[in-house]
Amino acid sequence: MTQKGVGARLPRKEDKRFLRGQGEFVANIRLAGMLDVAFVRSPMAHARIKGIKKLPGVFSAEDLKGVQPIRANSSLKGFKSSEQPVLASGKVRQVGELVAMCVAATRAEAEDLADQVELDLEELPAVVDMIEARTKPPAFVHDEWGDNIFLESLVDDDLSALEKNSFVKIRRTIRTARQHMSPMEGRGVVCEWNKRLGQLVMHTAAQMPHINRAGLAECLGIDQGAIRVIAPDVGGGFGYKGILLPEEVCLAWLCRHLGRPTRWIEDRREQLSANANCREHHYDISMYADAKGRLLGIDCEATVDSGAYSSYPFSACLEAAQVSSILPGPYKMERYRCRTWSVATNKAPILPYRGVARTGVCFALELMVDAVARELKMEPHEVRLANLVQPGEMPYNNITKKHFDSGDYPEAVRRAAKLIGVEEIRSLQRQNKDSTRRIGLGFAIFCEQAAHGTSVYHGWGIPMVPGHEQCAARLTPDGVLELRIGAHSHGQGMETTMAQVANTVLGVDPDNVRLIHGDTGVTPYSTGTWGSRSMVMSGGAVATACDVIAGRVKAIAAKLLEVSAQDLILENNSVKIPGTDRGLSLSEVAHVWYRKPQLLPADIDPAGLEATAGYKAKVDTGTFSYACHATKVAVDTETGAVEILDYVVVEDGGVLVNPMIVDGQVYGGTAQGVGTALYEEMPFDAQGQPLATTLADYLLPSATEVPSIRVDHMETPSPYTRFGQKGIGEGGAIAPPAAIANAVNDALAPLGVEITESPLTPRRIVEALMKARK
Amino acid sequence: MKACAFDYARPKDVSEALKLLGEGGKAAAGTQSLGPMLNLRVIQPPLLVDLRFIPELKDVSGKSEYTMLGACVTHAQIEDGRVPDPTGGFMREVASNIAYRAVRNRGTIGGSLVHADPAADWPSALTLLGATALIAGPGGRREVGLERFITGLFEVDLKENELLVAVRIPKRSKAARFGYWKFCRKAGEFPQAIGGALTDPERKESRTVVGALGGAPRLFLDLNPDVSSLGKDAYDKQLHAVALKRAVEKLK
Ligand SMILES: Cc1cc2nc3c(=O)[nH]c(=O)nc-3n(C[C@H](O)[C@H](O)[C@H](O)COP(=O)(O)OP(=O)(O)OC[C@H]3O[C@@H](n4cnc5c(N)ncnc54)[C@H](O)[C@@H]3O)c2cc1C
Repeated sequence: MTQKGVGARLPRKEDKRFLRGQGEFVANIRLAGMLDVAFVRSPMAHARIKGIKKLPGVFSAEDLKGVQPIRANSSLKGFKSSEQPVLASGKVRQVGELVAMCVAATRAEAEDLADQVELDLEELPAVVDMIEARTKPPAFVHDEWGDNIFLESLVDDDLSALEKNSFVKIRRTIRTARQHMSPMEGRGVVCEWNKRLGQLVMHTAAQMPHINRAGLAECLGIDQGAIRVIAPDVGGGFGYKGILLPEEVCLAWLCRHLGRPTRWIEDRREQLSANANCREHHYDISMYADAKGRLLGIDCEATVDSGAYSSYPFSACLEAAQVSSILPGPYKMERYRCRTWSVATNKAPILPYRGVARTGVCFALELMVDAVARELKMEPHEVRLANLVQPGEMPYNNITKKHFDSGDYPEAVRRAAKLIGVEEIRSLQRQNKDSTRRIGLGFAIFCEQAAHGTSVYHGWGIPMVPGHEQCAARLTPDGVLELRIGAHSHGQGMETTMAQVANTVLGVDPDNVRLIHGDTGVTPYSTGTWGSRSMVMSGGAVATACDVIAGRVKAIAAKLLEVSAQDLILENNSVKIPGTDRGLSLSEVAHVWYRKPQLLPADIDPAGLEATAGYKAKVDTGTFSYACHATKVAVDTETGAVEILDYVVVEDGGVLVNPMIVDGQVYGGTAQGVGTALYEEMPFDAQGQPLATTLADYLLPSATEVPSIRVDHMETPSPYTRFGQKGIGEGGAIAPPAAIANAVNDALAPLGVEITESPLTPRRIVEALMKARK
Repeated sequence: MKACAFDYARPKDVSEALKLLGEGGKAAAGTQSLGPMLNLRVIQPPLLVDLRFIPELKDVSGKSEYTMLGACVTHAQIEDGRVPDPTGGFMREVASNIAYRAVRNRGTIGGSLVHADPAADWPSALTLLGATALIAGPGGRREVGLERFITGLFEVDLKENELLVAVRIPKRSKAARFGYWKFCRKAGEFPQAIGGALTDPERKESRTVVGALGGAPRLFLDLNPDVSSLGKDAYDKQLHAVALKRAVEKLK
């Protein structure tokens, strides 16, 4: 490890501007003559459109001639296609669906216009509950399907012997609420049609700009070169900003149609009521174990509420398809059966949120493990230790053929148990057993596949399959290194970490590195930032590109210093003969190359100090980071309030490129997980109206609700990545709901209460206690 | 969401403000409740009458029997002890737990009372204290005790062309004790249940209040009232009973 390279706790370069309020986000962009857009959105969840009375400045589906609906199909057998119209035509299928687009000089005036648009809607029965939608549908979201099922899948096995003979048999219904991604910055678009270039230039709050471009091209029927997508600073994404929005397609059409720049900035109400939905799962799950707590098998029927449409590019079946492949978690077992349904309802499409299906899966699985522990009167961490894949078995292919690359899962549990203090908590519980403030202890462990590539994704046949990642590197005449990558930072601090990678490979000072990303016009194609992949994939590409530049720098320096290139090393911004004071700075080498080529011999390789190089992991099934979370809570049995008294995370992200940034990712993810566990919920009424459409009703945890999180790092290098790094971005958000629910259940078990639904709100807790008392 | 277009006026005194209200203006104080209603277009007034620059509404005065706080005194002024607290710290404590500091910097005691959100703190706390609303209208001035001023959910005894000028809060003896307990889903959120209690042995006075109900807070003149019927359902009833119990425990 160098002071500034891979492994250093280097302060974030981007914080210079962010902490001074000098970041530039979409809403900061002003183009001359720009017009503002407000949308008329469906007030109903399910209705037939009988008429739209418009004024000048208002556009509806009939105006957008030639614009194609958004199509995100999967090639999985039986997948039913849904077309998401950019402006509704025929039917509306969710509250908040776009019906008309209103344009005016300011947003307020555009809203005035929207207020005057009259919709004639014939309300249809709404499909609201996913189980009802599947088993006794009140209506069809997509009439032509004849049911409400996007996709059904089955991993089959015979568990009849276990059902008969297992010592422990536990069956539960487990539910996670529909939730919301809540990045600090919403979505937003500022775009214009550049007549000289014949090109749409779209500034948009996006984490996968090249994918937005591909989707826009498909909808607009123009080639991808005619579109440049620029994502400026992005204030959090969590998956929401990886989605192609109908709003983007509308604005693209409109700016060209009007010959004027147009803008739409999402407000929190639009986001809450119409857009950033996620997480709604239902499990009917059985777990079988022997008398020692050894897991024998799992049988599960899982339903995911996918909402009205299949979103681009991840599709409507990503969550459920993942559920069946990841439900066994980090455990060993002999038998496993899982049937899943991706169900269409009259709600906003479900989108992949940090942790994607894992947060729900971890909740279901880890609640079951605790139920087994209670049944056997074992310590919950002991049951986990009895079932985890052992370090000596790594790499390990689990029952669903997931290839765990490396790690010591049991050690994470042992450390977490020690840090949280199992014995102290047990004795505290004995002392307080009659109190209305009850103490509980909860664990949850998971492993997280990250940076998974072609071999994992191609099978799903969705519009996006990750392949090889590229970086374009250039040493400028003054010795500054420019790096261009197609992934985009939405809070991860890549300007810092990519510079650290360059420092390790090329010796260049991170201050002399400029990361250029978020612009399809100047960066190599990439599927972008999702799936905790950027540090592995783009980091790998940056290293490979720097290798190429390093070779060329050495070749030039070798000529100038009259030594062999093998005798040179790169460090401290220069190329040196080790053990001597002879050498050249990177800027001197660059200066000669660009400005004094006469100093170089004629046979020098003319390839230059600019190179695009690619990367793909040796084994592309992904890295598996993992973590064990442990928490101590107090539950007020009179009010149902839960207080988190202590929170421990033991995690292994392989080699940490910047441990400080990883800590930040863990803290932020855990804060979101606390939200999932205790606060965040988007309820709907029977007509499909979302009931938490402002932040007064949709509760997010804030500073007071997030505990001080104690993080302990383990560092087992991945055998498959350039530096041994693993994807770590999402993990924090996966385990907290399970750990916190387990702790609440641990606190309330003596009162006969077990809660299997998130969030664990005061009402749910008190009502469960009331029921148990009866 | 953006508000509809409106005009803005900044009257110098109460009579000018009353005139503007008479012409269809809408009173605006800290705009912490008004702002969201404007942006959601729940209300679409043609004119906002900004009360914050009227000296009388920012006045504070104290006599031996009571303290008067102008309607535009902010929660933050009370929290910081920049205005007299007739309760020896109780009002400061209530103020310091309203919303977040940013809201307290702007939100006013008068705005809170007139808005009369059942879950807001001042309607319950000031009902407990037996405060009086001082009102100015085109026909002159009048006074109403808070338990009659707040008439229901977001409803008060105040006409559209009237202003709340100040609140008058009676002082109690040195031996008086106060208790306030509210249940919030998270810090800074509107409470789901409020309990308040006070005893003044010298004046032989005991009062309790239960708030964050569907309408006006409920006042009782003893420390152990039967509140089992207050609340929407079993959970809500339990929360309110617990809030009151915990407020009374604070008197000890
Ligand atoms: C995020 C958030 C959280 C909050 N949490 C809480 C909480 O936990 N507890 C709590 O008590 N409050 C809470 N509030 C409300 C806050 O306390 C406001 O200060 C209060 O509701 C209104 O005061 P205001 O001065 O902002 O009034 P405005 O918003 O300016 O006005 C509110 C209403 O009163 C009228 N009005 C105002 N002053 C007068 C007057 N002198 N005469 C006649 N009419 C008048 C206005 O016309 C309007 O109808 C919260 C607010 C926010 C934004």
